[in-house]
Formats: sequence, C-alpha cells, structure tokens
Amino acid sequence: MSLYTLSKLLFTLNRDAAAKEDFKADPAAFADRFVLTDEERAAIMERDIGKLFVLGVNGQILMHFGALCGVEWSDYLQQMRDGVKQHGPVREGIYAMTTGIDEKVAGA
Amino acid sequence: MSLVFTGVCSHAPGITGREDRAPPEQRDALYAAYGDMREALHAAKPDALILLAAEHFANFFMNNMPSYAIGMGDRYSGPIEDPDWLRIPTREAHGNPDLSRRLIQEMLQTVDVAYCEEWQFDHGIMVPLHFLDPKSELTIIPANINCQGPPLTPLHRAWAFGEAIRRAADSVPERIALVATGGISHWPATPDSGRINEPWDREFLKRWLANDREAMLDYTDAATYEEAGQGGFEIRTFITAAAAAGGAGHLRYYEAIPIFAVGCTVAEMEIV
Repeated sequence: MSLYTLSKLLFTLNRDAAAKEDFKADPAAFADRFVLTDEERAAIMERDIGKLFVLGVNGQILMHFGALCGVEWSDYLQQMRDGVKQHGPVREGIYAMTTGIDEKVAGA
Repeated sequence: MSLVFTGVCSHAPGITGREDRAPPEQRDALYAAYGDMREALHAAKPDALILLAAEHFANFFMNNMPSYAIGMGDRYSGPIEDPDWLRIPTREAHGNPDLSRRLIQEMLQTVDVAYCEEWQFDHGIMVPLHFLDPKSELTIIPANINCQGPPLTPLHRAWAFGEAIRRAADSVPERIALVATGGISHWPATPDSGRINEPWDREFLKRWLANDREAMLDYTDAATYEEAGQGGFEIRTFITAAAAAGGAGHLRYYEAIPIFAVGCTVAEMEIV
C-alpha cells in the first residue's frame, strides 16, 4: 500500500527469527500479513532486489533482505543497478542512485 | 566519577564482512588502529562504555522513531544480521540498568532521550565491539541517534546531546567511556556503495579534530546528502562525541577503503 508498509515487512523479516522461518516456509502467507500493492507483493515474492530498490526501500533494510536471500555482495550491487536500468530511477526515499548506471564503484 | 575516554570509529559491516576483499595493508593498518584504541580504552579503566551508534532499523523504525535513545537493559545481544554475513559471531553484552537509569535521569534535564530495556545490536555496535571489547569484559550502555529515517534531529541538538552525556557522566561515581560510531561521507548499501568523498571527509575531520563547534554545525542535511550521501547524516554521532569531550582530537587512522564502503576512521578526543 505504501513504501512504509513494504519497508515494515522487510524490517520485520530482518529482526525477527520466527518471521524469517515463516517467510521461508510460506512466503505468500507471510506477505499476506501486510497490505501491499500487486507490484510490491510481486517484488517480495520474486526476491526482486532491483525492483525493491527502485520502489524506494532504504538500503539499510534492503541489504539484509539480500543477505537473507543468499545474494552475494557484488550481485546485490549489480541487481540494484539492473533494477534502475530496467525500471527507471528510484521513486521515493533517500536511497537514490548517484553514479552512472554501469559505473561500478566497488565490489564489482 | 567522570568521562574518562572519548573516541570515534567507523562501523561499516564490510570492515568485518568483506575483510578478505580489501587491500591487506590497508585492512591491517585499520585493524591495528582499532587495536590501539582498544588499549587506550581499557587503560582508562571504564566501569561502563556508552557505545553511541547510528543504528539501521534493528530496534527503531518509522512506526515510532526516537531521535535519541539509551539502553537500560541488563543484557543485550547481537548481531541481528546473519553472523556469517557479518563474520561476527552472536554474543551477549552485559549492561547496568541502575547506572543507565541514573545517567538517563540526568540527561533528561536537557534532552528528551528515549530509554530502552531491550536492544538488539546491529553492525553499528557489533563492529566496534568486535574490535574494542573482544572478550566481553566491558559493561555496555548502547545509545543511538536517528541518522537513517528523516526527519532527523538538527546538528545543534546532537551537540546538546553530547553536553548532556558529559554532564551525566560527571554526575555518577562510575568511570564512563564514550565511543561514537558512524561514517563520514558514504553511500552505503546502494549501487554507489564504495563512493567516498575524501576531500569532504578531510574537511569534516579538520573541523572535528579542532573541536570547532560552529564549523561542525555549519552543515545542512541537503548539502550533506548532495556531497556526502545519506551516510553523511551520521556526522551527528561525531558531533555528539566532540561536545562530550570538549578537547582536541587525535586521528589514529583515516583511509578511504571502497570495498568497506566508507572512509575508515579511528580517532580519540581529549577530555577537558
């Protein structure tokens, strides 16, 4: 429904061990606990780091979702770049991209 | 008794989590600087260490975001992150609720600080703890400034928080140490991760080392965001430390290490 709710889902997942287990066992049921748009829900279900970044999720929250999904650091950075390439600039929040789309600053 | 030690250091998760990917000589020199700070900290024989962080949604979220918070628990744990990802094993730290309560009571004279009997540490506290108290010898009192979810507290209030910490430390019989952690310029956890504005960092450090209050408060969040990224908002913790200590700073280490995603900094400040 909003960046706030989407962020709340990820915040819950990051800090609560039981929530992590619930998400792994049944991601759809876990997502149902939060009022999300179809686009937000799809991004969660598909573990779409790039889309979540473009939707405006704070990197300090998204980073841990990446780790939870087993995404290696360089891949995590690349998936965010790919998200911007595919979906356009970050739409909300303070975690915009400030370098060129193919500019790999570190960890490439 | 009084404030007996004040320092600042970086807390970026890459410092431990990606330690094998940095140039070894840079990493080793940084680790050695943390080691020197550890020795100085323990030599000050603190009864408690206030570890002031700019945490990243481990405890505080936009449903109820305190600008300032202090722990009042008897034990804390961390990291909330995957220990394998951060490469810091899960551990407990012991607190001192009675001491926290007395410190907070004094701080409340001038700063409306939230108190927390529960606190899970994220990398913002775990990385410094890993280097500064590897054997869990110290009593820890976590503290936090919201540097992540705007609206953020103004810089002059971060200074006032430092003055409150100092007054509180001086009002109790225990020996209190303060270590503030944060980045200077950085763009953490974005595709720009690794971008570091070293001239901006050097200028901020110059002001910090001189403990020049007016110069340190002469930043706007808009300009900081533009030149130093969202990570630059964490200068608040450095400003708080400067206000608490009152003296001149001593820089042990500064190097931009892109794979660690921050200009890695270790410094101490004279208490006057």
